[in-house]
Amino acid sequence: MSQLPATDPRSTDLVHGRDLSELTTLNLGPTHPATHGIFQNVLTMDGEIVLDAKQTIGYIHRAFEKIAERRPFYQITTLTDRMNYCSAPINNMGWHMTVEKLLGLELPKRVQYMRVIAMELSRITDHIICNTIIGQDVGATTPFLYVYQWREKIYEIYEEICGARLTTNMGRIGGWERNWSDTAWAKVKAVVKELPAALKEFDDLVLRNRIFMDRTIGCGPISAERALAYSFTGPNLRAAGVDYDVRVADPYSSYEEFDFQIPVGTQGDTYDRFCVRQEEMRQSISIIRQALEKMDKLGDRTTYRADAPEWVLPPKEGVYNNMEELIWHFKIVMGETEVPVGEVYHCVEGGNGELGFYLVSDGGRTPFRLHLRRPCFIYYQAFPEMIKGGMLSDAIITMSSMNVIAGELDA
Amino acid sequence: MTLATALFLLVLFVVTLTVAAYSTYAERKVAAFLQDRIGPDRAGPFGILQPLADGTKMFMKEDFIPAAANRRLFTLGPAIAMITALMTGVVIPWGGELTLFGETFRLQGTDPEIGILFVFAIVSIGVYGIMLGGWASNNKYALLGSVRAASQMVSYELGMGLSIVALVMLNGTLSLGGIVEHQAAHGWNIIYQPLGFIIFLVCAFAETNRSPFDMPECETELVGGYHTEFSSMKLGFFLFAEYTNMFISSAVISTLYFGGYHVPGLDRLGLDPNLTTLIGTAAMFAKTFFFIFFFMWVRWSTPRFRFDQLMNLGWKGLIPLGIANVLITGTVYHLAELWKG
Repeated sequence: MSQLPATDPRSTDLVHGRDLSELTTLNLGPTHPATHGIFQNVLTMDGEIVLDAKQTIGYIHRAFEKIAERRPFYQITTLTDRMNYCSAPINNMGWHMTVEKLLGLELPKRVQYMRVIAMELSRITDHIICNTIIGQDVGATTPFLYVYQWREKIYEIYEEICGARLTTNMGRIGGWERNWSDTAWAKVKAVVKELPAALKEFDDLVLRNRIFMDRTIGCGPISAERALAYSFTGPNLRAAGVDYDVRVADPYSSYEEFDFQIPVGTQGDTYDRFCVRQEEMRQSISIIRQALEKMDKLGDRTTYRADAPEWVLPPKEGVYNNMEELIWHFKIVMGETEVPVGEVYHCVEGGNGELGFYLVSDGGRTPFRLHLRRPCFIYYQAFPEMIKGGMLSDAIITMSSMNVIAGELDA
Repeated sequence: MTLATALFLLVLFVVTLTVAAYSTYAERKVAAFLQDRIGPDRAGPFGILQPLADGTKMFMKEDFIPAAANRRLFTLGPAIAMITALMTGVVIPWGGELTLFGETFRLQGTDPEIGILFVFAIVSIGVYGIMLGGWASNNKYALLGSVRAASQMVSYELGMGLSIVALVMLNGTLSLGGIVEHQAAHGWNIIYQPLGFIIFLVCAFAETNRSPFDMPECETELVGGYHTEFSSMKLGFFLFAEYTNMFISSAVISTLYFGGYHVPGLDRLGLDPNLTTLIGTAAMFAKTFFFIFFFMWVRWSTPRFRFDQLMNLGWKGLIPLGIANVLITGTVYHLAELWKG
C-alpha cells in the first residue's frame, strides 16, 4: 500500500495536484511521546504516508545569545549546559576554549587530556541516549534499559568531577575548578574497561535484528550532497558518507595526538546513523584509554588549570584576611577582569555535530555578541525533506536518529 | 442450563478476570525480570496486590468523554471489547469429566460442534470494540489506531483460519472438546502441524495486538492508539480485554496444538478419575501460563513492525504458507490413507 509515484518523492511536492479533501492534517507534537522534547510538526498525510511536513522552531526559545550579552564570561557556561543537555560537558568545554582562544591562554597538557576524557565521556552518553531511543521508538524497550545504566555510571563520574549530573557547569575558563578525585579516576577506568562488553550486548540485541533492520534501513535517508547543502555535520553527515570531524579537521585540546578512526556510512539512513554512533562510542573509549596512558606518561598528578589568576577565585581564607585577594575576588565575581578586544570562532565536535561559538568582544565585561552554531538547528531544517514520502512510523524514528535536542534547536 | 453449568460459568468468569488482572502484574514483573529491574513491589508482599490497586485507581479516575466524541459509541467500544473477550472462554475445554455427588460434569461451559468457528466469530466481533472506540473518540491518532487494528485483524484472521483448516482436516472435528480427545488418542497436533502451529502463533500475536504487532496502540507513534482519549474504567476495560484475549489465546493454542488438558501417560497410572481430571486442568493452566509468559517474553525482546511490513508479512508470508500447509497436510493425509489400505 506504500507505493509512491515513480518520481522521486523527496524532490517533488507530493501534495501538488492532489484532492485535498482526501488528505489529513496531523499535528505531530508539540507534546507527543515520540518527539522527546517540544517539537511541532504539521504533517499532511494520505493515510499513513507523509506527503508534506512543516516544522515549528522556537517553542522553547530562551534567547541565550541575547542573555549572553548581559553576562560575564564565566557565567555563560551555565547557558551552554542547557543547549544539548545530553552532552553538556562538551558544550562547557567548547565555551571555555572559545574564551581561552580570545584570551590567548595556553593550557597544560594534563588539563587538555582531562578535557578530552570529559568530552569523550559525554559523547558516549549522548550516543547512548540517541541509539537507545531509536531502539525505544521501534519498540525495543529492553536494550534501552540495558545500555542506559552506563549513562548513569558516566553521570556518576560527572558528579565526582563537578557535583552535577545533567546541567554540569563543568570546568572553568583556564582549566578545572579542582583536581579530579581518586574515585573519579577509578570510575573512568571502570567505564573504559566494562563499557565495550555492554555495547557488544546492545549490538547483539539490535544490530542484526531482522525487524530492526527492516525498520531502519532506507528510513529517512539524506544524500551526501543534500546533507552538505544543509551544512550537516557530525554523525548525521558521516552517516551520509562524508568523513568530516572537527576533531580531525581542526584539532583542539590536543586531539591531534590521538589515534582514532572516523566511521562513515553510505546511505545516510537511520540504520547508518545508528551504526556510525555505535562505532563512535567504541572510538571514544579508545580515545579515553589513550588519554589515560598519556597522562600516566606525563607523571604529573597535580596540575589542573592554567596559570590564569584573573579567572581563578582565590581561596576563601585569603579573601577574608587579605586586602589583595579580596579585591581579586570582587573583580572576578563582578566580571571586571581584563578581556582583549577581538573576535574568535571556535568549534568543537559536539555530541551531535560541529558546535561553534562565534564570540565578539569589545573589551567589556560581557561579550559584545555571541553566536552559537547549533547543529540541531540545522538538522531540523532538513527534517521535512527527509520524511516526505515515508510513513508516519518512519518520521518518528528519523527524528530520533537525527538526535534533535529541543534545547539546542531553540537555544 | 443446570445449576452446575451456571456455577461453572461463574467460576470461569471469576477465574478469567483474576488471570487477566494478574497478567498485568505478571507482565510488569516479567518485564522487570528481563530488564534487570525490580518491578512493582509496593502494594502487599512482592507487590501482589498491585492489580487491586490499579483497579481501584481506574475506578477513582474521572470518566472523561471528549466534547466532540460520539457518546454512545464511545461507551459501547470498551463494552464490546470486554464482553467479547470474556465470551470465548465458554467453549474451551478446561478439563475432563468430574464426578461429584453421583453426577458427572464436564469442565467446559458448552461444547458446540462448531467450537472453533465460535471462537473466530467472537474474536472478529471484538475488533468492533476497538474500531468503534477509536472512531468515536474523534481523534486522529485514535482513528489511525483503529484503522490499523481493523486491517490487521482482517489480514491475520485469514492466516489463522488457514492454519486451522489443516488442523481440522487432521482431527475431523470443529469441536474443541473433540480436538482434545483426538489429540489424547493420536498424539498432540504440534507433532503433525509444526508449520500450522507457527502460523497460528504469529497470527495470535497479531490478533491480540501484542508486540511486535502492537500497531493499534503503538505508543511511540500514535500516543495511545485507539484508547488515546479513554480514561477511567473505560480505559481499564480496553486494557483488561487485551489481557483477557491474551489468556484466551494462550488457552486456545494449548487446546489446539498442545493437547489441552491431556497429559501423556496420565491415564495409565490408574489414578482416581477425579484426580486425573484435576491434574489435567492443572496441566491445561500450566500450558496456558507458559504461553502467556511467551507473549510477554516476545513483547519485551523484539522491536515492532512497521504497518506496511506487517501487512506484507500477513498477505505475502503467512497466507501463502497457510495455503501450502493445507495442501501438504491434505496430500500427506491422503497418501497415508492409501498406504494404510
